[in-house]
Amino acid sequence: MLGYLTRRLIQSALILLGVSFITFLLLYVLPADPVRQIAGRSATAQTVENIRHQLGLDQPLMVQYWRYLTGLVQGDMGRSYLQKTEVSTLIAARLPASLLLMAGGIACELLIGLTLGIVAAVFRGRPLDQGLMVTSFVAVSAPQFVVGLLLLYVFAVQLGWFPIGGYGTFAHLVLPAVTLGIMGSGWYSRMMRSSMVEVLRQDYIRTARAKGLTRGRVLLRHALPNAILPIIAMIGIDIGIFMGGIVVVESVFGWPGIGQLAWQAIQRVDIPIIMGVTMVSATAIVLGNLLADLITPFIDPRIKLR
Amino acid sequence: MKALLTSTAILLASAIPALAQDYTPDPNAKAGGTITVTYKDDVATLDPAIGYDWQNWSMIKSLFDGLMDYVPGTTELRPGLAESYEVSEDGTVFTFKLREGVKFHNGREMTAEDVKYSLDRVTNPETLSPGAGFFASIAGFDEISSGAADTLSGVEVVDPLTVKITLSRPDATFLHVMALNFASVVPKEAVDEYGTDFGKHPVGTGAFSLGEWTIGQRLVFEKNADYWRDGVPYLDGVTFEVGQEPIVALLRLQQGEVDVPGDGIPPAKFQEVMADPAQAARVVEGGQLHTGYITLNVGMEPLDKLEVREAINMAINKERITQIINGRAVPATQPLPPSMPGYTEGYEGYAFDVEGAKAKLAEAGLEGGFSTELYVMNTDPNPRIAQAIQQDLKAIGVEVDIRSLAQANVIEAGGAGAAPMIWSGGMAWIADFPDPSNFYGPILGCAGAGEGGWNWSKFCDESIDAMATEADSFTDPSAPERMNMWSDVYMKVMEAAPWVPVFNEQRYTMKSERMGGDDALYVDPVSIPVNYDYVYMTE
Repeated sequence: MLGYLTRRLIQSALILLGVSFITFLLLYVLPADPVRQIAGRSATAQTVENIRHQLGLDQPLMVQYWRYLTGLVQGDMGRSYLQKTEVSTLIAARLPASLLLMAGGIACELLIGLTLGIVAAVFRGRPLDQGLMVTSFVAVSAPQFVVGLLLLYVFAVQLGWFPIGGYGTFAHLVLPAVTLGIMGSGWYSRMMRSSMVEVLRQDYIRTARAKGLTRGRVLLRHALPNAILPIIAMIGIDIGIFMGGIVVVESVFGWPGIGQLAWQAIQRVDIPIIMGVTMVSATAIVLGNLLADLITPFIDPRIKLR
Repeated sequence: MKALLTSTAILLASAIPALAQDYTPDPNAKAGGTITVTYKDDVATLDPAIGYDWQNWSMIKSLFDGLMDYVPGTTELRPGLAESYEVSEDGTVFTFKLREGVKFHNGREMTAEDVKYSLDRVTNPETLSPGAGFFASIAGFDEISSGAADTLSGVEVVDPLTVKITLSRPDATFLHVMALNFASVVPKEAVDEYGTDFGKHPVGTGAFSLGEWTIGQRLVFEKNADYWRDGVPYLDGVTFEVGQEPIVALLRLQQGEVDVPGDGIPPAKFQEVMADPAQAARVVEGGQLHTGYITLNVGMEPLDKLEVREAINMAINKERITQIINGRAVPATQPLPPSMPGYTEGYEGYAFDVEGAKAKLAEAGLEGGFSTELYVMNTDPNPRIAQAIQQDLKAIGVEVDIRSLAQANVIEAGGAGAAPMIWSGGMAWIADFPDPSNFYGPILGCAGAGEGGWNWSKFCDESIDAMATEADSFTDPSAPERMNMWSDVYMKVMEAAPWVPVFNEQRYTMKSERMGGDDALYVDPVSIPVNYDYVYMTE
């Protein structure tokens, strides 16, 4: 177990190193010059060169990367080109909001997805099942921007049940979390259904039924834990998908998370922020996957980590 | 996105260049209340030496003051922290007498030393100010920007309330420059204390001070009770909520939660808003010193031929392009917008004439047309406008390939001279100050034509440059003779046709029912979207 953990942590560090290099390289070859963004339209050639020099952007790529990397391992993500503030400050101020939104999103997608999946599996082949599966298909395909605005319009503007965007209370969280969760719930319901259908075919389920257990007890006690297994690993992977989703959802709902920060930084070629958010998200994804792998043996004793 | 470029002090209407001493206070104005203004993007910085986008421009205006200022809602200069000033006969020495007893938000009194410190700071290369170049006419600028000196030799403290600024050459725009945010007076001790983070902890002399800044969520401005201008501001505070999509801001405005949507009316909602009388009544319309144009790269074949550029000018149906943006603009005939001094009245420009355009192409030996590329920023409505241009040019046999890219990429291609044609939408020039010179140097003059410059046509005619330099050596910025010279400059430019001037955009600001104050304050040429110091609440 310990050996496994060490090995996985080293792997994770290497992955992050790779991510940092590739992202840095991509931003470097980007046909857009961050110095122009800082200097503005009225700058003279001298001002532009001066800014380039002060930021070290006139150095070769590898020197710049090495400088960034050595800063990064010491916890220094640099300063935003345009805001001049430390990137770590900007991310730290916004990270809690993103984590909260993500937790809310995961809760929503599991709640909706698993419930629908179980119901569909139990009613397999009947109209209810087919109806639910079509719905989940729509949920998977619906663009989050549209879903978000629709929910906002109906539940916040028309019905007034929730605030129109913003951040602060539980009521603020509901609509963005549902928007984020709806897409995932489509996946989960389909996965849960097929996994459940598979398990329900097993001999031990028939045995359980045969020895007189109630249908509900068989479903929850015997079928669910086995059916849910493949789903757990999904949650870890999900964090990666969510990182993309929060960019859209955060901007629709004015949710002050790191997705918004990244989007604004991309528009303005604010490289330190883009790098910072990428590294933080990559770390979250890598840790999410690791966590999912570590949890499985507790749920399924048949799996051993080596 | 708009940012940086759509940016800056945007100026409107009938510029009356004479110097107005004062502003008549609104008799109905009431003190009190806090308004809510929304923005999509974060506020980047409130450091007046750094901030150069249209969002923080007006916020900085309310936190800081410079020696010069504008009469609210107009483009008329008036003294700010300077009580009065004198200009020498030859126009190269400006002596400013400062107001007595003006206090920074930290309680300390502002003096001539602060003025000198602030100008030294903004021109020092280490400050990385995008506005440093505006001060190039002050004596000693070259030394400080090359690092040979750390102070401007042309700025002299005569006594605690007198500053003498010597220019190395007459600069007709100098008083406008002293009204730019970049010339704001900042206290040294606060800059020293916060260093690079001064932009998050601004201390000025302005009508408001920064109360709270929660990154990514909100900024709260509080009324400066000690403000040196009597009676203002009326509001107790302004809350800026950031991270709000314009469309959501509009919904919140309709619910009474927002007073001013800072990003304006989303284009997709414009017709709906204007069709609803209740909503349309809350919209204020005004001009702005903006021109949207197509640049024609004179260094690339076959656009290097004058006839080809003329043909393209004649082929563009400007009326139709104006319709694409719901008539939120007027067709343009020349680089200057109509409300800018120096605009040539009565000049018709190149009339829309498909047959004439074809004839011009034939003259250039290109009867069969040619293929070229049009670069455009990828946000609505710009790609749609690019398609209209594409269709117009197809009608004269020119095949246009549209390259729709992010703003930074278009600017890069333009600066590098790699783009044959660029539609300026989303990056168009909006004046920094209401003077015709501001539309020439960086975007049509030789100075901007170098690698990376904003003159995307790479048009450089030294004889026109010489005329521009002469016009700017006048002592009186508003001399009619000077305006005539500027008019001539732009007429010469039109003869060479490096641009297709397409339209001049109008500005539309929306406000809640409880907002009061003259309409002009809501389309203030300098404070976008609203002049926070002078608006008030009616309830």
